[in-house]
Amino acid sequence: MFGNLSDRLIETFKNLRSKGKLSPADIDATLREIRRALLDADVSLDVVKNFTTAVRDRALGDEVSKALNPAQQVVQIVNEELVKILGGEQRKLTFAKTAPTVIMLAGLQGSGKTTLAGKLAKWLKDQGQTPILVAADLQRPNAVNQLQVVGERIDVPVFAPEPGNGVGNPVSVAKDSIKHAKQKMFSVVIVDTAGRLGIDEELMNQAKDIRKAIDPDEVLFVIDSMIGQDAVNVAKAFDEGVGITGVVLTKLDGDARGGAALSVASVTGKPILFASNGEAMDAFELFYPDRMASRILDMGDVLTLIEQTQKNFDETEARALADKMAKDAFTLEDFLDQMQQLKKMGSLKSMLAMMPGAGQMRQQLENFDEKEIDRTEAIIRSMTPAERRQPKILNGSRRSRIAKGAGMTVTDVNSLVNRFEQAAKMMKTVAKGGVPQMPGMPGMPGMGGGFGGGRPGKSGKAKDKKGSKSGNPAKRAAEEAARALGQNPSEGSSGSGSAFGLGG
Amino acid sequence: MAFLFWKKKRGAEGESVEQSAQNNSSVAIDATSEIISEPETLTAPAKPEKPAASNVEKQAQLEAVVLPKRSAKKGIRSLFSRIKFDPENLDELEDTLIQADFGVDAAAAIVDEVKSRAKKSGAKSDKELKEILAGVIEQNLEHDAKALNLSDGHTPYVVLVVGVNGVGKTTTIGKLSNWLVQGGFKVFIGAADTFRAAAVDQVATWAERSGATLVKPKQEGQDPASVAFETVDEAIKHDADIVIIDTAGRLQNKADLMNELDKIRRVIEKQAQISEVLLVLDATTGQNGLAQAKAFAEVAKVTGVVLTKLDGTAKGGIVYSIQRQLGIPVKLVGVGEGIEDFAFFDANEFANGLVN
Repeated sequence: MFGNLSDRLIETFKNLRSKGKLSPADIDATLREIRRALLDADVSLDVVKNFTTAVRDRALGDEVSKALNPAQQVVQIVNEELVKILGGEQRKLTFAKTAPTVIMLAGLQGSGKTTLAGKLAKWLKDQGQTPILVAADLQRPNAVNQLQVVGERIDVPVFAPEPGNGVGNPVSVAKDSIKHAKQKMFSVVIVDTAGRLGIDEELMNQAKDIRKAIDPDEVLFVIDSMIGQDAVNVAKAFDEGVGITGVVLTKLDGDARGGAALSVASVTGKPILFASNGEAMDAFELFYPDRMASRILDMGDVLTLIEQTQKNFDETEARALADKMAKDAFTLEDFLDQMQQLKKMGSLKSMLAMMPGAGQMRQQLENFDEKEIDRTEAIIRSMTPAERRQPKILNGSRRSRIAKGAGMTVTDVNSLVNRFEQAAKMMKTVAKGGVPQMPGMPGMPGMGGGFGGGRPGKSGKAKDKKGSKSGNPAKRAAEEAARALGQNPSEGSSGSGSAFGLGG
Repeated sequence: MAFLFWKKKRGAEGESVEQSAQNNSSVAIDATSEIISEPETLTAPAKPEKPAASNVEKQAQLEAVVLPKRSAKKGIRSLFSRIKFDPENLDELEDTLIQADFGVDAAAAIVDEVKSRAKKSGAKSDKELKEILAGVIEQNLEHDAKALNLSDGHTPYVVLVVGVNGVGKTTTIGKLSNWLVQGGFKVFIGAADTFRAAAVDQVATWAERSGATLVKPKQEGQDPASVAFETVDEAIKHDADIVIIDTAGRLQNKADLMNELDKIRRVIEKQAQISEVLLVLDATTGQNGLAQAKAFAEVAKVTGVVLTKLDGTAKGGIVYSIQRQLGIPVKLVGVGEGIEDFAFFDANEFANGLVN
């Protein structure tokens, strides 16, 4: 199988020096890979064509970014355009001025309407609404039954006057349900309809009739994220046939890249409201355009990571630190500084999880205790400035004082000092010899350039592509920590594997 | 197209054979007789091997089954219904194939092949080129093992049906079971989807419609593997020919659920060999279909694909890559909601349907 987009872009730009300026050839080379990535993600061909044209125009006209190389710059434009289409019309669910709010679900067979009806009902119920489910799928064997079981599980009543399996008229069921909901004072009515093909005129007319009969506030088009090129035809057919107001993307817990989201959003112009991502009744969330964009591009959340790093990490500080490291003048103060930089960027755990390939060490991430950072910080803060600069002067009595001050034991202090010494040693090595490569991001111009290039670091041989290179010490340190966590989950407690003193 | 299958002969009940085929071509055979049938109802590549030659006594207990004729023709729509085929510009063909979910690589490979064959034969006209295109597609979708493996006489034949959520596994089971029962097989269905709400009821409805016997879980949420085990057990006790096991839909990236499937497979194999593991694939599925096939092949040892919902606008081109890359043939297709909207996959019919 082909690698992901990140790998392929690296391939494309292998022979290309990092230039400050985008040439049309650079753009085309990148766009070819982008086109391929989008098609592999099942974005419809027509949509891909329009999209790449738009990106090309913008890339040619765009200001040249100093911070990014050409590949990165095109990727960034692509990402922004993707988010624009996916989230252009982002909005919340529309509620009726006078209850009940009526929501109709429509879609192909097997797209997940009935399950979604349950999830939506639960979500609304958790928000204090009083939903009722309506069994208007009288076609599929035991669809009514399924909805009843779902309703029972989430403790939401189900309006099911007809047995289904081909018996009963869905239009009148839908109509009656509104009356029923008004009488019984339900605040939201969710009408589950039978799955149908876009080209099945009879059933599309029936859907239209249901719509007429209930005058819904929302008609949600439910679509499977695994759908391929046909997504445009289907979306068009439903939009023209029934008239949809929003989209719900289902089965996002699978590993399909979900290009259909882009196809549907750009063809219908209708917002994607929700994402459904699991079999549990609460596996349901609002749709996040940026997450979807990264998923379609298959770049992990590298872009987010870069943005956050750029935003939060001070370049001059980075350079100063780099110099210090090279000169072997790395102190506990710097150690603390670094940690604070990391904290600024948000949860370390979520940062690590954002990196491509991090999925494999999810287990270790789960076991990682973020409070360790706070504890380490407490210990360092209990030291005098002199102690922080020269950890060598820490004798028994100083250590016992520090332990008391931090509310920890002497053993904790000892283990921190040990880990610091190891980290300092490791960083020195790393600073001298270059560091592993970050996927998709060939260097980060303008940031800690002193570290760029060179041979791959020692972890490079184990996980060549997943490794990391960054001139940014904080980020690199995060990666080091991640690697330490990934490789030595058990040794972490003895403190031997962690560059950061976070393992314990 | 009709395949000949073998089931156990069973005395008085054997009259079901009479209704097995519309053309009455099926016959009981004894150990030494050749297959007697009207030749036009049989296609050569599907001719089943003479079962268990070593065991004469066992062979004597077999009788042939031919399933009623079914066709998938109505479900296959032309690639060129919206975009016209342009013999002058074969590069556009690549786009057309991509839009039918063949995928970028397969589309390019097909176009290259068409171009080189056209160059060799000097074909230029619309008709000639389309013929070449159909030929390339058909050739790559042909497979030696495209018939269902219901021929070796090791009854009960166990058919395990797997796939992701919402592809139409239960409907497929209903249609398949109906077809097999009509052919004279005695079919047991195991309702091993104990997860999804009302899944057991749904398969029960299909079992009833098709005339098969259903084995239900004894309690809600029972281990699906134990349901599968009980079904095979019951089927053996009742001397059934075929066991079809329905499983819960599962996304291929969920390790726990895939392990569960592995367990179901292992548990069945304690009592009987598994004849077919059918991966049900929705024709609308895009490139993820390949990932699905890969994962299910690895865990469940998939022997064939059932392509469903082909009556929509989707073309199901991903099966091309699945067969090319993984060697898993399409065996059956579903083309509608009716119980008889179901047929054996015919590469020739499929390729010509797409092209014309």
